Amino acid sequence: MAGGRAKNNVLPGFTPALGYTIFYLSLIVLIPLSALFFKTATLTWDDFVAAVTAPRVLASYRVTFGASLAAAVINGFFGVLVAWVLVRYRFPGKKLIDALVDLPFALPTAVAGITLASIYSQNGWLGRYLEPRGIKVAFTPLGIAVAMVFIGLPFVVRTVQPVLEELDQEIEEAASCLGANRWQTFRRVLLPTMLPAILTGFALSFARAVGEYGSIIFIAGNMPMVSEITPLLIITKLEQYDYAGATAIATVMLVVSFFMLLCINLLQKWSRRFAE
Amino acid sequence: MSIEIQAVSKSFGTFTALKDVSLKVPSGELVALLGPSGSGKTSLLRIIAGLESPDSGRILFDGEEATKRQVQERQVGFVFQHYALFRHMTVFDNIAFGLTVKPKKSRPSKQEIRDKVHNLLKLIQLENLADRYPAQLSGGQRQRVALARALAVEPQVLLLDEPFGALDAKVRLELRRWLRRLHDEIHVTSVFVTHDQEEALEVADRIVVMNEGRIEQEGTPSEVYDRPATPFVYDFLGSVNLFHGRVHEGTAQMAGLDLSSPENASAQDAPAVGYVRSHDIAIERDGNGSGAIKAEVRYLLSVGPLVRVDLVLSGSDRTIEAELPRDEADRLQLQVGEQVYARPRKMRVFVEDYQI
Amino acid sequence: MVGKGLHKKERKGATVTEPAWVRWLLISVALAFLALFLVLPLAAVFAQALEKGWEAYLAALKEPDTISAIRLTLITAAVCVPLNLFFGIVAAWAIAKFSFPGKSFLITLIDLPFSVSPVVSGLIYVLIFGLQGWLGPWLQEHDIKIIFAVPGIILATIFVTFPFIARELIPLMESQGREEEEAALTLGANGLQTFLRVTFPNIKWGILYGVILCNARAMGEFGAVSVVSGHVRGSTNTIPLQVEILYNEYSYAAAFAVASLLALLALVTLAVKTVSEWKMQQTISAAETER
Repeated sequence: MAGGRAKNNVLPGFTPALGYTIFYLSLIVLIPLSALFFKTATLTWDDFVAAVTAPRVLASYRVTFGASLAAAVINGFFGVLVAWVLVRYRFPGKKLIDALVDLPFALPTAVAGITLASIYSQNGWLGRYLEPRGIKVAFTPLGIAVAMVFIGLPFVVRTVQPVLEELDQEIEEAASCLGANRWQTFRRVLLPTMLPAILTGFALSFARAVGEYGSIIFIAGNMPMVSEITPLLIITKLEQYDYAGATAIATVMLVVSFFMLLCINLLQKWSRRFAE
Repeated sequence: MSIEIQAVSKSFGTFTALKDVSLKVPSGELVALLGPSGSGKTSLLRIIAGLESPDSGRILFDGEEATKRQVQERQVGFVFQHYALFRHMTVFDNIAFGLTVKPKKSRPSKQEIRDKVHNLLKLIQLENLADRYPAQLSGGQRQRVALARALAVEPQVLLLDEPFGALDAKVRLELRRWLRRLHDEIHVTSVFVTHDQEEALEVADRIVVMNEGRIEQEGTPSEVYDRPATPFVYDFLGSVNLFHGRVHEGTAQMAGLDLSSPENASAQDAPAVGYVRSHDIAIERDGNGSGAIKAEVRYLLSVGPLVRVDLVLSGSDRTIEAELPRDEADRLQLQVGEQVYARPRKMRVFVEDYQI
Repeated sequence: MVGKGLHKKERKGATVTEPAWVRWLLISVALAFLALFLVLPLAAVFAQALEKGWEAYLAALKEPDTISAIRLTLITAAVCVPLNLFFGIVAAWAIAKFSFPGKSFLITLIDLPFSVSPVVSGLIYVLIFGLQGWLGPWLQEHDIKIIFAVPGIILATIFVTFPFIARELIPLMESQGREEEEAALTLGANGLQTFLRVTFPNIKWGILYGVILCNARAMGEFGAVSVVSGHVRGSTNTIPLQVEILYNEYSYAAAFAVASLLALLALVTLAVKTVSEWKMQQTISAAETER
């Protein structure tokens, strides 16, 4: 009976509330975003292809997507580990650490950017030990990946954590009563349950890294063909008054974002498939 | 205030919740809407309250059209299934809410509100819990607070959605007796929804049995229990045994017995089903006289003051169920595997096309 | 933002767990990773800010350009947060308390700014209001400056912080259902009374949570603002842009001094967020025990 009760709901204010929601959404988000596509549509197809496949642009895709992928993999692993430790074990300072995991959400990206750059630079806290050993982080693609790990970390932890918390201890106890050892229980029972959440976190972390700008440009070195990320290239084109070029590349980025959003929505749908 | 429902229909998408339902609730009565889930009883209650609007049909309060009236104007007290207490307010503030949201002109003074709430707290026997929050109360206490909150605005009609559904068995029993006594005191027209036949039989002045969006039968508790109008009502109220057979000009032939069935006087050798309540089957040691069926005791189970006996009819593998008072069973000293005779004391026969 | 842990269960005395050495190994590795990636950068901000002593720190903050950057940042947040707060409450009311076709699509659209690169978020406003944009010529004729001026910064910030509050409130209000509001209506309350006295008290911590996150992002946004600002010192620079300028001029200590303000803001944000999360969890578990 509960099914369709909503459509003649007696609570007041539905029409104005929905109307304002759609109005404000269109004004702030939809119309401005559509400007991008209209601007792109003024380019000929050949110009568009030339703009988005120039060698420097292709190199920036490689750097951006490569580093984002590497960062998402690292976050996928450590994010699960951190979530596991935070949910399952008790240790001093746990609450504080739990709160601190969200730091990358709260810390402005420019601050993260200059800080990471200074830590990993030649004289920095870590750079001074790494560089003599031949590991250059600042001003290389490696530095880009480090910044992306920083900003993407909370995504994996915060998507896996609630799933782990909801997991009934009984299913593990059932597995061990059936003779599974701890590792088998983890691999055969827990991991498959967490997998959709892990993949969702992975995708969120990847999507965030691909678009990231502020925390990366300070540590990246921004050398064309080597350590120049795509968002920076958009700004460079804009500063050269190459609006068409900037818009074309931005359209590619936006299409990638939409695609990632679609993937994430599907993953979330999938992760709810076992829910009651 | 009397309530009149005229030809109300309601559907949600493809699901039809109510089909052309008409009903009168006389002023001051306590009426139960009884039916399984999905029978439309809650929808009907919400339509009376104005929480939902019907697709067609009318609601009249004291003969006046109320279909288009807003919830706020209907002066109904509604007790929600899960109570819907305001969890950020104390018991006192919950009960006072309806008085404090009145427009300034008609709002009672602070002192009047306080007195009124205290009277209600006394009525629900929770005087010393006025400062508690809903989360600190037991289920039964929350239920009574929800009721007091609804009564505070002096509603013309009190509507209760599964009022005892979320309580455990013992509290449920206490509360429904309390509700019955309360209604005898304040006499406000009340309608409550339940799927529990015992609850309806014990509390209500009248019972409206609903099924699949229609009213199957309405009447006093003894009317619906003793003279079910349809096979559905038979099946839904109390445990029942089915016998298949034929009926011809007022005589039914079932399980080798000839039974008189005057209500089917016009039937012409039609297939029919006979309904017998479990407690209307007598068990006898020897089958003298006609009207008893030979059977074997398959299983015995004591349930409180009753003993349930499963019998297998001889010559078939059909099982029927009988319920005997404990002392009757003790007297018979039944044993599993024994041959006995089962005698239906009362049977109601329905011609097969009515069958559910 | 992504889902928060709302039902924390401690597992005490469970026998089915890992051996102690595995536990401590996992805890150590996780903590080492977090120390390297979270604690170290946070400490570095303050260490570098104070490298040249308190005097230099305070002097850097008293710099007129810095003061004007702080003022602009506060103005931006003061405009963006209330607008997005109002939108968030209205949208959550429509989405959480009613059902209608296309609802999940609408939620996806509201989330959209989260998945757009900040640089693209700035660019779209340049394409509309910039000299070469749709409205550029008209704006120039009437001598209205949006891009490379304060209105552009505010618009871009509204865009990037658009979803925060709505996103927080929609699931919270959905979890609370409609019964309490219906009860208020049957007791004679009107729409406004119902919202203020029944709905609002149940979502106030969620509102605080959304507001604090929205505010943090509004004050800290860099990429989108950088595209539309024009970087005019003392007039169109926000705090993050001021940090960038100082850093690129090699005034590291000053850059970190200004950055430390934002880091403090982040710590306050985390503290308020943790408290409001805890309060929300209480409201939700109170709701659950009631069922």
